[in-house]
Amino acid sequence: MDTIFALATAPGRAAIAVLRLSGPGSREMLAGLCGRLPTPRQASLRRLRDAKGAVLDEALVLWLPGPASYTGEDSAELHLHGGAAVVEGVGAALVALGARPAEAGEFTRRAVLNGRMDLTAAEGVIDLIEAETATQRRQALRLAGGGLAALSASWSDRLADLLARQEALIEFEDEGLPGALEREVAAGIEALAGEMAARLAGDVGGERVREGLSIAILGPPNAGKSSLLNALVGREAAIVSARAGTTRDVVEVRMVLAGLPVVLADTAGLREAADEVEAEGVRRALGRGEEADLVLALLPCDAPPDPATLALLARRPCLVVASKADFGGAGSGGMPAGGLAVSARTGAGMDELRRALEAEVARLAPGAGETLLARPRHRAAIRDALGWLAEASKAPLPELRADALREALRALGRLTGRVGAEEILDRVFAEFCIGK
Amino acid sequence: MDLRFDVVVIGGGHAGAEAAAAAARCGARTLLLTHRLDALGEMSCNPAIGGVGKGHLVREVDALDGLMGRAADAAGIHFKLLNRSKGPAVRGPRAQADRGLYRRAIRALLEETLGLTLRAGVAEGLERGVDGGIDAVLTGDGARIACGAVVVTAGTFLRGEIHLGPERQPAGRHGDPASLGLALSLAALGLPVRRLKTGTPPRLDGRTIDWAAVEPQPGDDPAEPLSWMTERITGPQVSCGITATTPETHAIIRANLGRAPVHSGQIQGPGPRYCPSIEDKVVRFAERERHQIFLEPEGLDDPTVYPNGISTSLPRDVQDAVIASIPGLSRARILRHGYAIEYDHLDPRALRPGLEVREVPRLFLAGQVNGTTGYEEAAAQGLLAGINAAHRAGGGREPRVLLRTEAYAGVLVDDLVTQGVTEPYRMLTARAEHRLRLRADNAGLRLTERGIAWGCVGPERAARHRAFARAVEDALARARAELATPAALALAGIPVNQDGIPRSLLEVMALPAAAGPALEAAFPWLRDLPRGVREQLETEALYAPYLSRQAAEFAALEREERLPIPEDVDFASIAGLSTEMRQRLASARPATLGSAGRVPGITPAALVALAGHLRRAHSAARAGAA
Repeated sequence: MDTIFALATAPGRAAIAVLRLSGPGSREMLAGLCGRLPTPRQASLRRLRDAKGAVLDEALVLWLPGPASYTGEDSAELHLHGGAAVVEGVGAALVALGARPAEAGEFTRRAVLNGRMDLTAAEGVIDLIEAETATQRRQALRLAGGGLAALSASWSDRLADLLARQEALIEFEDEGLPGALEREVAAGIEALAGEMAARLAGDVGGERVREGLSIAILGPPNAGKSSLLNALVGREAAIVSARAGTTRDVVEVRMVLAGLPVVLADTAGLREAADEVEAEGVRRALGRGEEADLVLALLPCDAPPDPATLALLARRPCLVVASKADFGGAGSGGMPAGGLAVSARTGAGMDELRRALEAEVARLAPGAGETLLARPRHRAAIRDALGWLAEASKAPLPELRADALREALRALGRLTGRVGAEEILDRVFAEFCIGK
Repeated sequence: MDLRFDVVVIGGGHAGAEAAAAAARCGARTLLLTHRLDALGEMSCNPAIGGVGKGHLVREVDALDGLMGRAADAAGIHFKLLNRSKGPAVRGPRAQADRGLYRRAIRALLEETLGLTLRAGVAEGLERGVDGGIDAVLTGDGARIACGAVVVTAGTFLRGEIHLGPERQPAGRHGDPASLGLALSLAALGLPVRRLKTGTPPRLDGRTIDWAAVEPQPGDDPAEPLSWMTERITGPQVSCGITATTPETHAIIRANLGRAPVHSGQIQGPGPRYCPSIEDKVVRFAERERHQIFLEPEGLDDPTVYPNGISTSLPRDVQDAVIASIPGLSRARILRHGYAIEYDHLDPRALRPGLEVREVPRLFLAGQVNGTTGYEEAAAQGLLAGINAAHRAGGGREPRVLLRTEAYAGVLVDDLVTQGVTEPYRMLTARAEHRLRLRADNAGLRLTERGIAWGCVGPERAARHRAFARAVEDALARARAELATPAALALAGIPVNQDGIPRSLLEVMALPAAAGPALEAAFPWLRDLPRGVREQLETEALYAPYLSRQAAEFAALEREERLPIPEDVDFASIAGLSTEMRQRLASARPATLGSAGRVPGITPAALVALAGHLRRAHSAARAGAA
């Protein structure tokens, strides 16, 4: 029986994230993370370290020896600080100790199988599992075209095709199959493995989840950049004054948009600076504009568009905002089309802006909208599949290659659902003229 | 006339013959009732037995002391081990048999089976007892045969209808009447019936084939027998021929498609995708300019040749033109035209895993009537149905089943009773999740001991099997225990990493570089192993690294396969199952948790709910018993 772990609290930013661990290895793994085992069933503060001794988090730890635990097995709960990086780090350390991310519903399954849960309780939990899966499906749909889920579905499809060809080679050797079939399968395996490996290596969406997307607010002086930032975060983070040039350095605020951490930066207004300090501020503002994942370009309605800001629009992904809409005069000559008219003072247009920002964030971090629970599971599944593809590549016999492809498909099936023998055979018969 | 038997088997095809022989071997007084005794063991289609997947089934039937392998060895005139260049797990032994010799071999095996009576006659009806189960079989000549269980192997005889161009005629096999009385009797039981279709090619007169114009295909020499009990093949062998259709053939077919019953809408039932008619192939794979045809002699003294690959129901004149357009066949005479046959089969999801009809106690169904195709699929079902019928007639209640993890026959029955069929079901190795374990070469090691426990294996095979199994076990134990250092291996000419870690013989045998002579130099006792034992050792070594990596998954699957779902479970009463899940489970009625997981559309959440229910019911039953 494997030792499994999963996030027990809702994924996303929160003060605390509870990670649950269950299985025969729980005792050793918990000891591996926090040194000494705490007294059973007593919350204890422990410093969690990975194998190299690096501190992962300071956490409240519960040691719950079986059978009196949720699953009936040796279990533990780790009450972590709720940051994505912390959860990921502890998850990685657990994998290094031999645990694996739980399948959906696996804790409950074990609880039921170990007789720890009566039917009414199981029923409630099963409803929850269903709800979670439905959410994942919705998220996968929302991210179609770029999301990891959609991608793994297409991998699974290609893998099923490769397996079908491999099976055809085994079942129907004397049926006049195309001569190049074996080479095609080998080439297909190489190509697929290459793509999966590249994707695992450069999981950009994952990086963004850890570090946060950066959004820079840029515009001419006194366009209302600081007012907008304050209106977005809902507190006085930046000093607001009617005098142009108030913000001389970059002001950073962390917030959550579309379930993802975002660093919002307020910058100095773009203009010929009157003094050294302000000039440095403008230089930094422009630098920020170049580095940001997204620029919020602010053009006040009460003035003609600012050339420095317009120049930025051409180079960087921008969301154009026509600020001070309450002053009227929107549509003054040269205002780029599609700008959102907002007023930080009256709140007009702020909801639309927030929605537009969320859409941009989701677009910029494909796959990152999937739950944190699902992500290590995805990676583990893809890593598994990749291992089997390598096995398939070097398999000395056709049936071993087919077996490895089946296992790879089974691994991906944890993301996309099971692909049964009948479906593979459907593909064989659709493609090849079988039957003497 | 009043008679009484423990088991009555209706039908004398491949399912019926195995069922009757197996029931009798298990000690049941058995009657085999068939239209014509001279048609026992008739091969109504291709005169070949075995192949990839099918050969596995034959070896399993053989491992349980069935007839098919021995009869094929006695009647075989062309043997070929398919997939010889691939690994042992997917090698499939195949034999083409002399049709007449095969019938005679089956007849002889049946006649020498103790406790088995053969009788020509027509089953007209089934008599039900107070519990709704079958108590007796009524025959066309007015006899009432009381019985403890009945096995119906009706093949395509239920509302069979032959199509040949515009001609249609009710029939079972060619020249045999359809079983109308039995069909009506089964219909009265209210079992779910569906329609399927299959076809057969025209038969040619071999004396009119230009054999010089076709590519010869000799059999293997030496031939690999189908039965483990056969030492070697002694009968005379013949060569087959290979030819192919031409663009002209395809043009003729295209011009006459409207006259094909399948395309004119005269035939409704779906046919098998792996055995399409030539008209189907021409339509679906329009880009291909040729389709291969194997010319298979049907017998030593019989001029009939079976052109494998051109099954058709086109009108007679079109078949004549098609044959004449094929190289080597320009002057070939058609002895009997090809035809398609539509027939009823019973939805096998109405069966328990022992092949007993769930709603009709003591009625077992086996073979083509369950929606399968192929002699081998029929034989495997017949064998299991016979074993279960005998067990039932003797008062047994728990069905005798083989698991998917144990046998292709297990995969076959589980697929049938939980998934049903959408086309005639044929065995393929891709259907078995554990293909590396379920090999044709180890069928006896997997199944014979079980057969001995069930009583269907005779003393001769039992003794030979046990000696062999012990020898294999000893050799394996020794190969696992005996270690050699890298230095010693290098000395023997087997290059391995000089890491100082000793390897077991089994590990060394898995290395591609470990050739026979070098191995024997390092482990001299290998020389003294009998060939069969040595082969098992080599195959185990070959697959061991792969099998051990799948061991955890295999164990998990096997546990689920062994967790039974009680017959009387009310899926509607299981909390946590959605209405859709309840309906799917209720219609498939899976027998185990493992089967439930393969019911299409069943979610993991539903399985958890089901597992929870089973676990609770199980512990409640235990508490009640205590």
